[in-house]
Amino acid sequence: MVSINKSRGDRSLRSLVDPDNGLIARDTYVNEAIYQQELEQIFSRAWLFVGHETQVPNPGDFIRSRMGEEEVILVRDRKDQRLHVFLNSCRHKGMKVCRYDDGNTLVFTCPFHGWSYDTDGRLVGVPYYNDAYSKELDKSKWGLHEVAQIANYHGTIWATWDSKAPSFEDYVGSWAPSIQHCFQSTDGEDNGVELFSPVMKWRIPTNWKFPGFSFAGDAAHVAMTHRSVNAASIGPQGNRGGSERFPMTAPFPSQVYSSADHDLGHGGQNTIYENTGARPYRDTWHTVPGVDEYYRMTNEKKQKKYAGKYMPPGGHGGGHFCIFPNVILDHWRILLWHPHGVGQTESWRMFQVDKEAPKLVKDAQRRYVMRYCGPGGLTESDDMENWNYAFPASLGTIAQRLDYNFEMGLGHSHPDEEWPGVTLNYRISEEPARARFRRWLEFMEASSWDDIHPVKKDKK
Amino acid sequence: MAFSLDTMEQTLERLLLEREIEQFLYNEAELLDERRFSEWIDLIADDMHYHMPIRRNVKFGEHHRENSDSDSEISWFDEGKETLAGRVRQINTGIHWCEEPFSRVRHLVSNIQVDSVDGDEVHVRSRFIVYTNRLADEVNLFVGKREDVLRRDPDTQWKIAKRTIILDQNVLLEKVITTFF
Ligand code: FES
Ligand SMILES: [Fe+2]
Repeated sequence: MVSINKSRGDRSLRSLVDPDNGLIARDTYVNEAIYQQELEQIFSRAWLFVGHETQVPNPGDFIRSRMGEEEVILVRDRKDQRLHVFLNSCRHKGMKVCRYDDGNTLVFTCPFHGWSYDTDGRLVGVPYYNDAYSKELDKSKWGLHEVAQIANYHGTIWATWDSKAPSFEDYVGSWAPSIQHCFQSTDGEDNGVELFSPVMKWRIPTNWKFPGFSFAGDAAHVAMTHRSVNAASIGPQGNRGGSERFPMTAPFPSQVYSSADHDLGHGGQNTIYENTGARPYRDTWHTVPGVDEYYRMTNEKKQKKYAGKYMPPGGHGGGHFCIFPNVILDHWRILLWHPHGVGQTESWRMFQVDKEAPKLVKDAQRRYVMRYCGPGGLTESDDMENWNYAFPASLGTIAQRLDYNFEMGLGHSHPDEEWPGVTLNYRISEEPARARFRRWLEFMEASSWDDIHPVKKDKK
Repeated sequence: MAFSLDTMEQTLERLLLEREIEQFLYNEAELLDERRFSEWIDLIADDMHYHMPIRRNVKFGEHHRENSDSDSEISWFDEGKETLAGRVRQINTGIHWCEEPFSRVRHLVSNIQVDSVDGDEVHVRSRFIVYTNRLADEVNLFVGKREDVLRRDPDTQWKIAKRTIILDQNVLLEKVITTFF
């Protein structure tokens, strides 16, 4: 645990974070030492989202991704086709061994002195191995540095640098079905989506927690931040609906809540279904003839699949949640907030689409997400301004004496009987952010995974 | 040196066309910088395609993949007049926070080259530097190239029928792109 000397005295991390009362000291967002500790104790321990298997479908396919501040390579091995995640740094003197965004390769050859690595990470080529190294270099010890654990969960690829981290399933706990659901196609089939390429990547001058901890669950910002987008009518309904939002859903006995897992830190906004079955389809794509026909057809399949069964919380159209610490998932997009310095965030967007959808549908979906998302997205652009300027306005000596207010919904939550470990609150609340900070504090105080819930199963 | 009359006429015609196109592009930049967005929208053909691809870092020999494809991939912008007009309506609400208050924007357009003339359409290339300055100290710089198809029009002289904007960035270093190119 670090103590930081501030004008308000010597304050421990615990005194900066008070989820029970919804008070979070601004130091947590602007303090450089705290940021460095986050890299060390959160991003090098937690399970992080790395990519999706459809980004690397063939042997030798790779993409460059990130874990925290650092670059990694997600690659499918040429021989056994297994997926690997490596730090993008040559073991010799640290050069990036991969500087392409994506592609297919036989080996990763370092441009500095020419060490080359197989797609399974083994060091296979060292110039002057015979003459200068006298064949004495133990190549087996100098392969690319690989993550400690990797998981492929319904097509999504996750990794952690910590061998003591619990299994991915234990890490996500009761959120697993919701993740699974985000990667089903609209007919309810598992692993039914692929991602569009390339990834949108851009920098926002703010601390990663502004978007990371608030985006999923901060339903309160929509009415104010996004008021102007309704004037633009970017929704698939065109001018008829006028809405910025994703297709409006048909009525179905269900309730939208803000959802929070105070043990694991995950949560956001989720729909709890009160009846079995899937909701009926409502036509929304008035601007693109043919799209509704496809989605109506897939929805009928889903209704059959879920006949007599409850949809998991936050199925299609109903979920939008953070998996601690920095990825937010819904059924149509993946939002990543990579820390890039205490006051810089590298934001990434990826978008799912039904693998089997006809081109007409894929095109409509793609054009919609480009209108909505990213630095040019009519909806998301206004988020950037707020996250950007909240940061410098929190930096000052006086500003740092103040807390951020996360009180919304305090004392009005209730546990969900069906959904273990999850607390529900009114659909607009800061319950998810409070849970995130509780988890944040746990990671920041713990000296290892031994002190973090859930401890690895094979321990004690 | 002797010019044939024919060549001379052709040269003159070409010079006049180039001059006309240059003036059109400069005037367009003026409209944008002076925030006369509705007048700018009037310069856009109804079937216009506005595309700003995302630029990839790709291996030598794979440069056909460098710019994201408008037919199947994700771009910064890939839209038509309707969405552009929606952007203008959004800015004109006065509550589009990333452009409220307005940024100070300057479009510097140069290297204008008329590539080919095809009936009433001309293919034109140009380079741009777009400088934006926002609130107290926010500075953004967009540098790149445009490939336009301009179409003769009885009302506005020319309309922009197609515009591809090749922005020279990979990870976008600006938090938003709320200006037009
Ligand atoms: S740094 Fe990679 S071979 Fe020397
Ligand atoms: Fe938002």
